[in-house]
Amino acid sequence: MRDIRRSGRRDSTRGERKYGLFQVISPSRSAKTGLPLWLLGLGVDRLRTDMSRLLALLFHQGVLDEQFLQLQQLQDESCPNFVSEVINIYFHESEKLLRNLRGLLSDREFSDYKKMGIHLNQFMGSSSSIGAKRVRNVCVAFRAASEQNNRAGCLRALELLEHEYCYLKNKLHEFFQIEQQRVLAAGVRYPIQN
Amino acid sequence: MTEEERIEEPRDQFPVGMRVLAVDDDPTCLTVLATLLRQCQYHVTTTSQAIMALKLLRENRDKFDLVISDVHMPDMDGFKLLEHVGLEMDLPVIMLSAYGDTKLVMKGITHGACDYLLKPVRIEELKNIWQHVVRRKKIDPKDHNNFESKDKHHTANGGGQGATSAGHPDQNVRLNKKCKDQDDDDEDEERDETDHDNDDPSTQKKPRVVWSVELHRKFVAAVNQLGIDKAVPKRILELMNVEKLTRENKYRLYLKRISSVANQQANMAAAFGAADFSSLRMGALSGYGNLRTLAGPRQFQSPSFLSFPSSGVHSRLNSSSLNMQGLSSSRMIQLGNIQSLTNPVTDPCKLQQPAVVAGSQSGNILQGMPTSLELDQLQHGKGVACIGELSTAINVPKALAVPSGFPDMKVNVGGLDNALVGFSKNSLMLRGHPQGSQGTGGATGNSFVVGASLGSDFSPQFPNHDRCKNNWQSAQSPVFSTSSLPSNDHQKCATLGPSDMRNNDSATAAHIVNNISNLPCMDAVASHMLDQIGDFQCQEAPICSSGIPNIEDIPKQTWEQDFSNRSELICGTNSLASPHNVMGPLGQSFNSNNTMFSNNMELNMIGQSNCDDPLPMQPHWAQKSALEPILDSRQGYPVAQRKVQENISNSISSIEDFMAPMVKQKHEDTTFMDGDFGCDFYSLRTCS
Repeated sequence: MRDIRRSGRRDSTRGERKYGLFQVISPSRSAKTGLPLWLLGLGVDRLRTDMSRLLALLFHQGVLDEQFLQLQQLQDESCPNFVSEVINIYFHESEKLLRNLRGLLSDREFSDYKKMGIHLNQFMGSSSSIGAKRVRNVCVAFRAASEQNNRAGCLRALELLEHEYCYLKNKLHEFFQIEQQRVLAAGVRYPIQN
Repeated sequence: MTEEERIEEPRDQFPVGMRVLAVDDDPTCLTVLATLLRQCQYHVTTTSQAIMALKLLRENRDKFDLVISDVHMPDMDGFKLLEHVGLEMDLPVIMLSAYGDTKLVMKGITHGACDYLLKPVRIEELKNIWQHVVRRKKIDPKDHNNFESKDKHHTANGGGQGATSAGHPDQNVRLNKKCKDQDDDDEDEERDETDHDNDDPSTQKKPRVVWSVELHRKFVAAVNQLGIDKAVPKRILELMNVEKLTRENKYRLYLKRISSVANQQANMAAAFGAADFSSLRMGALSGYGNLRTLAGPRQFQSPSFLSFPSSGVHSRLNSSSLNMQGLSSSRMIQLGNIQSLTNPVTDPCKLQQPAVVAGSQSGNILQGMPTSLELDQLQHGKGVACIGELSTAINVPKALAVPSGFPDMKVNVGGLDNALVGFSKNSLMLRGHPQGSQGTGGATGNSFVVGASLGSDFSPQFPNHDRCKNNWQSAQSPVFSTSSLPSNDHQKCATLGPSDMRNNDSATAAHIVNNISNLPCMDAVASHMLDQIGDFQCQEAPICSSGIPNIEDIPKQTWEQDFSNRSELICGTNSLASPHNVMGPLGQSFNSNNTMFSNNMELNMIGQSNCDDPLPMQPHWAQKSALEPILDSRQGYPVAQRKVQENISNSISSIEDFMAPMVKQKHEDTTFMDGDFGCDFYSLRTCS
């Protein structure tokens, strides 16, 4: 709900037209909001546009690559939330890895580059599996630094990695929020059509 | 999603329902992988622990058809798991990793993996993994026809180890072939030794040699659809043995490597039942020599050659044994001349020459060739050798008369290192192609590469596209004549060319060559090639031609275009060739050439990897060439291109110039690697 309101606010900046749609809703109670049901369905298109715009931006920035699209294609009726599930697993694991890496490098007497390499390997594999291109690229550079036992380079890489990861996470969260709203809005629409 | 062709009546709707066990400690990847596999309609079981996986496998051996495992796992090394599975259950195992270092891939192969995939895994790649299961099943029942299928070549790793499938001659042969298909000569050697140790009891004078002989014999037998007796191969083998001995005396390593390849060729020649047995032998020998020389130079350049000839041999045995002979002989001749630079080359050449002259059907060609060879400036010795290789390579995959033509061309060009380089590159490409594209492309690749390298004004004189080496040869000769190359050889070659008309791809090759010769006006050539190639089966040709012009201008573009069109391979060569041409006049050192070759190889590989369909061997190749991106190239060529660029740029500075745009992409990445994180770069991009 809170999300909807937030997006509603955002939406309102673009125009007042959709304001009302998001202001009030919980999907099951849309009919009780007083808004005509047919209006609720309009949100779907807008949301879809938002989603594609966001995705396009991410692709353009190189944050995501086509592997992400492939994930989306795998999502269908049999696994309707596949993408978000996988991405959540990814976030969970990545945060663990980042914590480990940060812990390793914080140690003054750090010397276990091999262990770091293992973490990095996993991070790289999972990032590339979901299409997180920029994160993966940083991992590659990070790996190179660790192979050279370059602690300073590793630290720099880690910072960059954390930065990229945060950016990715925020954007993907946003993406899923829109997706969620879209699903809700689309769900609302069906009864109208019937 | 099944590839239909090869499978014989899927009894149970195979590959649908194939039971796969997926092992990966990373839950993200495991989930994605499992979903992808289910999308391919396989039956998937997952586990994140190797120990659990082994337990599952041991509980019920028949419960799974295929295992996919990550390389890096906390509880057990992926390679160990691979070994266990291979030994205990004899199931095909595919390795999976985020890193595609050559060493890792090599390790996977030596441990018995039948494939090595890079993360992120694409669904297209997963759709093909059932072939490994089929291959294993087929090894037993089929005896002789295994070699012919290119898939075997492609899945270099498949039976490679042979540890699990030891005992099957076909498998052994396959293993050898696969070994040969390996990019690295070292790999081949290792493999030969491994195979030798594992399988073959042959213990004649030189294990390697013998082994290869055995292989060839088997190979020949297998391929021998003509019903030719093993007697022929035996004779060839004998000859080969003899020659091997002599050759080996001369050059140890090269010979060994080449011999295996040569044996194959010899066998192939024999198999085809050349009318003139002696000539066959000669051809075989020459092929040998070529192979050897190829192998030799390959070392400089890239192991691909070795693998190439072997693969070519296999695939081509059926088709153009005769052609090969002639060609090889011609090549040998050339090689002989080229000797100056490469010792190994010289040796085989010498041997080859007599053989060539005697046996090769393309007697005319041979004659011409020597002359051309003479003219050929040994400087390029290596290059020439390469050419020889190329020709052999070319011949092998396709009984294209072209191969013979090529040497000539190269020879004439002689003075141009680049030419040679280009040639060799082509051969590299060819090799890759045969495996992937069935050699059609390869030949074309070579042809045009040659042309490119020559940079001569070869005018596309022979428009025939189809078949015949003869055509090609003739085309070549005119090309030579037309070529502006100063060497007289060209003219000679021209004369030779026509005489050598053989069947098959020569025409197309000629075209290609012609086209290539016009490389100076790459565009023209490209267009020619494109047209001509169309006729040829070689799909790659057009790509190459297009590639060539592009290289000069925009390597990237060409590649992109071509890649999508299977031309990737060619483009790689083309691009490589063109750089060479450019470099040629500069008289680049052979080293650079070599690197280029390797690059070419990589390109080829990349191309191959990019082309999903035509090149089944892509994954292997790509992996072997440690071109991770290539494998990874979801997008296909863009990644490959980058990779290629990297390789190229690394090796040849000159190339970098034009590769700059392409390389830039890579540089961005590389800068990071240097620890010099382009923070600026990132900051720019992180503009949220």
